[in-house]
Amino acid sequence: MIPLSHYLVVSALLFAIGTAGVFLRKNLITILLSVEIMLNAVNLSFVAFGRFAGTVDGQIITFFVMTVAAAEAAVGLALVIALFRHRESLNPDAFTSLKW
Amino acid sequence: MNVQLLAQFIVIFAAFFLLVNMSAVLVLAERKVMGFMQQRYGPYLVGPHGMLQPFADILKLLMKEELRPKGADKWLFTLAPVLAVTTAFAAFATVPFGGQTTLFGLLDQPLKLGAADVNVGVLVIFAITSMGVYGIVLAGWSSNSKYALFGGLRASAQMISYELSYATALAAIIMLAGSMSVREMVDTQAGYWFGVIPKWYVFIQPVGFIIYFIAGVAETNRAPFDFPEAEQELVAGFNTEYSSVRFALFPQAEYINMVTVAAVATDLFLGGWHGLLPFRTPLDGLIEYWNVGWLVFFAKIGGILFFYIWMRWTVPRYRYDQLMKFGWKWLLPASVLNLLATAAAVLYFNA
Amino acid sequence: MLESLLFYVMSGLAVGASALVIGQRNPMYSVMLLIVAFAALAGLYIGLDAPFVAMAQMIIYAGAIMVLFLFVVMLLNAAQEDAAEWDRTHPLRRPGFARIGVVLALLFVVELGWALAKVAALASPVAGRADGAVVGSVREMGRVLFSQYSFAFEATSILILVAMVGAVVLARREGDA
Repeated sequence: MIPLSHYLVVSALLFAIGTAGVFLRKNLITILLSVEIMLNAVNLSFVAFGRFAGTVDGQIITFFVMTVAAAEAAVGLALVIALFRHRESLNPDAFTSLKW
Repeated sequence: MNVQLLAQFIVIFAAFFLLVNMSAVLVLAERKVMGFMQQRYGPYLVGPHGMLQPFADILKLLMKEELRPKGADKWLFTLAPVLAVTTAFAAFATVPFGGQTTLFGLLDQPLKLGAADVNVGVLVIFAITSMGVYGIVLAGWSSNSKYALFGGLRASAQMISYELSYATALAAIIMLAGSMSVREMVDTQAGYWFGVIPKWYVFIQPVGFIIYFIAGVAETNRAPFDFPEAEQELVAGFNTEYSSVRFALFPQAEYINMVTVAAVATDLFLGGWHGLLPFRTPLDGLIEYWNVGWLVFFAKIGGILFFYIWMRWTVPRYRYDQLMKFGWKWLLPASVLNLLATAAAVLYFNA
Repeated sequence: MLESLLFYVMSGLAVGASALVIGQRNPMYSVMLLIVAFAALAGLYIGLDAPFVAMAQMIIYAGAIMVLFLFVVMLLNAAQEDAAEWDRTHPLRRPGFARIGVVLALLFVVELGWALAKVAALASPVAGRADGAVVGSVREMGRVLFSQYSFAFEATSILILVAMVGAVVLARREGDA
């Protein structure tokens, strides 16, 4: 039998990997992929806690998180396409025209 | 190892072996049926009436040279056909093809004829079918060729457009059956109305069946919806740069997808292994007694596959924009209306 | 024993594939590795008696969102973009802070694992409990979803509509109809 703490450690590891990806990568698409990893880590801990409490609420909240993640990925990628059309680059350091 | 587990393994291997052979038989069947429809013989030189033609085809393909374009992505070029064929086989895992059998009393408990039986079986089939897009997309991309890329993009855009209608037609059947396990859906179709007409869902949901079948044909890139693999037949297509074994895997994946669509249509709409013809015959009692429902299942799949091949060589193909317009503007609203009407009917007759 | 094997294999695959995702130079490989990570997570959900969520994960994430990412990567031809940048901005080549950050992160994870192991309430087994069939049944999920969470359900449907319209508007070229 797997105790709950194991699932939480896996979820924390995935979240940390996602955060590292957001901070360290210089490619807009890979940053969005890291955000998806973070959302999946949260999904895992929701389902684990829901199972621990013996209810089905964890799975339902996971369902909503997945839906919102899909909507966010669609809009985020549309933004990436629009940004690419302006600067021909996927590097976030190329969009610095508001810096003084 | 106890006998039960061994018997289950044998059933799984039998299903796999069956699928591999179906793709070979379908190659021959298509060419023979095509030939007869065009008033000529199909292949008839190799073996009696050309029955050994698939062996000749496979031998030829295996002996060709394995090419890989210089700019092609090393891993993805090989991964794409592997992914296509793996998802095609895996989708058949939760499709049951027979009732329960005890193998003439050898087993302690009855063995269900099907590779697996999960209680969300329909969703598993849909999930694995939607992974089949990756094989084509990656094949188009990793070939490093303009025509292959466009062919792959068009084929995958078509597949994901028709997935929604596919799923909505399945959802209507889930509502009628009250369960998502495919085996339970088949078992609710046993029995007869007025003692004559079997309780197949195709009689309650004719529109649903037509929508499902059209979406299935479009998902497998066949018949009137094969623009991405036919227009570029004159030029290229997503499997241009492939040769020999990697190429052979793509048509095999296509034929197995056809078999899966036909199997799911049979299980969900045509009653699976209950009842041979759309009216009651004395044969049905005999089939129940001898427990050869799986032969009935394969006969029905054969009928649907014949219809597939018939449709390919009869109907002209859709142009790409006509295809996408049909999928989004006609088929999806029709399937949603079908779902709403089914929900209303279920509420009315059950509440 | 089988549940333990499933858990360790699937979680190892998920963490390993995710770590490789953020370390790849080619965005196409990142997308394919993330699909592997999602499949491993679906396996973990099956071990947690949540088959519907597992299949929904495969359908929505691996079957739709990743196809969208793949299309965008192909459309923007992003695969050939990143080669020169990578050698200049690799985190292990940057001095000081990145290396300290990695060590601190590892220490943090070890400390978290140790703290979680000390809490007695979390030591009760989660996977493989007896009432799995009741918790994971789709009928129960539907009942709770449409009674307690019906407002969230309707709000999510409006959210999806807004996202669809927004995505089409944002990605449109100037001057198109």
